[in-house]
Amino acid sequence: MSIIDAINKDFESRVRLGMLSVLLVNEWVDFTEMKALLSITDGNLASHAAALEKKEYLEVKKEFVGKKPKTSYRITELGRFQFTQHLNALEKLMRP
Amino acid sequence: MNTKVSDDLAHIRSMMERSSRFISLSGLSGVVAGVIALLGAAIGYYLLSQSPSYDTDIANPTPQVVKYFSLAVGILISALGSGFVITRNKSKRLGLPLYTATTKKMLWSLAVPLLCGGIFSLALIYHENFAYIAPVMLIFYGLALCSVEKYTFEDVKYLGLLELTLGFCNLFLLGYGLLFWTIGFGILHILYGLILYKKYN
Repeated sequence: MSIIDAINKDFESRVRLGMLSVLLVNEWVDFTEMKALLSITDGNLASHAAALEKKEYLEVKKEFVGKKPKTSYRITELGRFQFTQHLNALEKLMRP
Repeated sequence: MNTKVSDDLAHIRSMMERSSRFISLSGLSGVVAGVIALLGAAIGYYLLSQSPSYDTDIANPTPQVVKYFSLAVGILISALGSGFVITRNKSKRLGLPLYTATTKKMLWSLAVPLLCGGIFSLALIYHENFAYIAPVMLIFYGLALCSVEKYTFEDVKYLGLLELTLGFCNLFLLGYGLLFWTIGFGILHILYGLILYKKYN
């Protein structure tokens, strides 16, 4: 397997890199917090989150706080594994 | 390719840092808290000059204690209040939510040592060991800063260590509480506030 194979296509976008980095060092992170951290729009975050959820890299929790719906994200074991692999590959690229 | 990768890695690092540490803390709030503490210390010195020492009136220390206690509480409330307002403004400017999971963790790690210190000091007042209150508060405050360091700027740890040092010096030089407080809560806060402000604002 060459070094490039470990670079995961799923993590190519900046938004996804950011989301996974935030989730790697935090437990549950809610939608508004994530949006503010990455400074992106609702739609942008929602679509990337949906794609990552479909890949089972993150888990989504929807609940009500009072009358307001609240969505939170958490990284899955698979997501953690894949993202760490991806990071290692990136670092290897930097220091061949 | 390499620049893109290094950009990506820098982005990842900054996201991890930004999301796991409370960076809305402003050095300015340290400066303001320090100035308030110095004002409070000035009032304290004035009160002391009216009646030379803590323990002149051993038979009836209550009015003295009430005076210093309300002064201390007044300083604490105004310092915390101004700190809160400055922090809220900074987080608004950064576009970060103020109350996040990280904030909660930060407040919790501050609250445990501070509450313990508060209860400890109340017990000291109860037993009329007034001279120990100042060093004990400095020590618990130093511990609180050392424990909160994981959730905000790392530099806070060194402030904590300095407060601890002052507290222990005060413990061996009982009776100079006001002097040590002026240094610890006044001068150190102003210095640290300026350093943080220059470094991060």
